[in-house]
Amino acid sequence: MKVRMTVNGVPYEDEVEPRLLLVQYIRGMLGLTGTNIGCDTSSCGSCTVLFGGESVKSCTLLAVQGEGAEITTIEGLALPDGRLHPVQRAFRENHGLQCGFCTPGMVMAAVSLLNENPHPSAREVREGLEGNLCRCTGYHNIVEAVLAAARSEDLS
Amino acid sequence: MIPARFDYRRAGSVGEAVALLSEFPGAKLLAGGHSLLPLMRLRLAVPSLLIDIGPVSGLSYVRDEGDHLSVGALTRHRDLELSEVVRREAPVLSYAAGQVGDPQVRHRGTIGGSLAHGDPASDLPAVVLALDGTLVAEGPAGPREIPATDFFCGFLETAIGPDEVLTEVRLPKARGGWSFQKFNRRAQDWATVGVVAVAGDGRGTGPFRVALVNMGLTPLRAAAVEEAAAGGAGPAEAASRAAEGTEPPSDLNATAEFRRHLASVLVRRALEEAMAGERTVA
Ligand SMILES: Cc1cc2nc3c(=O)[nH]c(=O)nc-3n(C[C@H](O)[C@H](O)[C@H](O)COP(=O)(O)OP(=O)(O)OC[C@H]3O[C@@H](n4cnc5c(N)ncnc54)[C@H](O)[C@@H]3O)c2cc1C
Ligand code: FES
Ligand code: FES
Repeated sequence: MKVRMTVNGVPYEDEVEPRLLLVQYIRGMLGLTGTNIGCDTSSCGSCTVLFGGESVKSCTLLAVQGEGAEITTIEGLALPDGRLHPVQRAFRENHGLQCGFCTPGMVMAAVSLLNENPHPSAREVREGLEGNLCRCTGYHNIVEAVLAAARSEDLS
Repeated sequence: MIPARFDYRRAGSVGEAVALLSEFPGAKLLAGGHSLLPLMRLRLAVPSLLIDIGPVSGLSYVRDEGDHLSVGALTRHRDLELSEVVRREAPVLSYAAGQVGDPQVRHRGTIGGSLAHGDPASDLPAVVLALDGTLVAEGPAGPREIPATDFFCGFLETAIGPDEVLTEVRLPKARGGWSFQKFNRRAQDWATVGVVAVAGDGRGTGPFRVALVNMGLTPLRAAAVEEAAAGGAGPAEAASRAAEGTEPPSDLNATAEFRRHLASVLVRRALEEAMAGERTVA
């Protein structure tokens, strides 16, 4: 079945099986492997992408449900000249990652959170990231990073 | 894991979805997909055809109808969380919608899917039950109304027919005292036990309606608690009857005995909070 969507500003049109998950389409067919798969139960959030600007778990959508959608993955956040998105920068500056596996999903969930609530409290950040699991950091520096990004002036 | 093979059709209208359901008996509707797709990935559900109602326009809305709110079946949890009308006229629904899963789940999951799925561990079915809501299902013979108290028939079983689409939920306004208590072990999880309490007369005094999450095969009204509260019992006394008529499951999260205990604790907290009167959603 044919599906058309825009991913990181680039329009795509592909023939897919209806059972293909959006995350498999993004990774396997578009080659955007920054989006990770960490579980089989829609729990870990490492597959989080923006769907029309809002965070979703791309392992829990069919690619065909993306028909006509605007998708942003971790690869689409930095500026074309390589400058990182303020949330990416804040994760680096605040040591918001260790192994980095959860990071693309965490960053996308944080971008969505800050779109909805530009000045969250620490508690609101924790609640806003409840759909994302991290096995390394203990979350503290992730929360610090998101708060720092919220304070940074150039958050568009 | 990858779901087993299935065919996929998009429905542009409720009528089209009903026609497809009538034509293909092995078909299932797909709304937000956040109950169905996880089951299909584990191959616990193997529909031959998915009818995607996501593209049906005009099924996502909240309307103020005077004494009640009408909520379209495709209204997402996130929309309920944010809706000014819901926050004002039925704050318990807005608050509970904000406690479902996590933000990613709330960006996709719909109230219609939650109700049609009929999971006793889900939050919104108990809210609709406590609010004495009415559901509207549309089939080949047109729409019909189903009171929430008749809607949940068994484990993952509802009164919706195989060729019907749930289109709307009607909820009497509930501006008075309310409470939603959800006990779980991890933030994004379903409730181990949950309790909804709302004041019936909109002023924070009884009659209170109380519903239970995950205390049986369906979401339940805590009839004994309601009766005790109506008879003048305080929160603790009424709550001591919370487990009456329930059949809670034992699973990895909790034994049935622990659930009965939790129910009485959470009902007490819920009644205390609801009896304290009107409150806005934080
Ligand atoms: C990680 C995770 C955590 C979650 N945590 C919670 C939680 O804490 N509390 C909670 O309550 N829920 C939770 N959920 C479930 C979530 O709320 C689902 O979105 C919801 O239960 C189903 O809504 P949906 O729109 O996704 O339905 P779908 O998955 O699309 O459909 C569910 C079922 O209903 C049927 N259906 C859907 N719409 C209609 C309709 N209009 N008419 C007739 N039948 C219909 C479908 O055929 C299917 O059988 C969680 C889900 C996930 C993935
Ligand atoms: S891969 Fe774990 S939530 Fe999507
Ligand atoms: S940094 Fe390793 S899982 Fe989060």
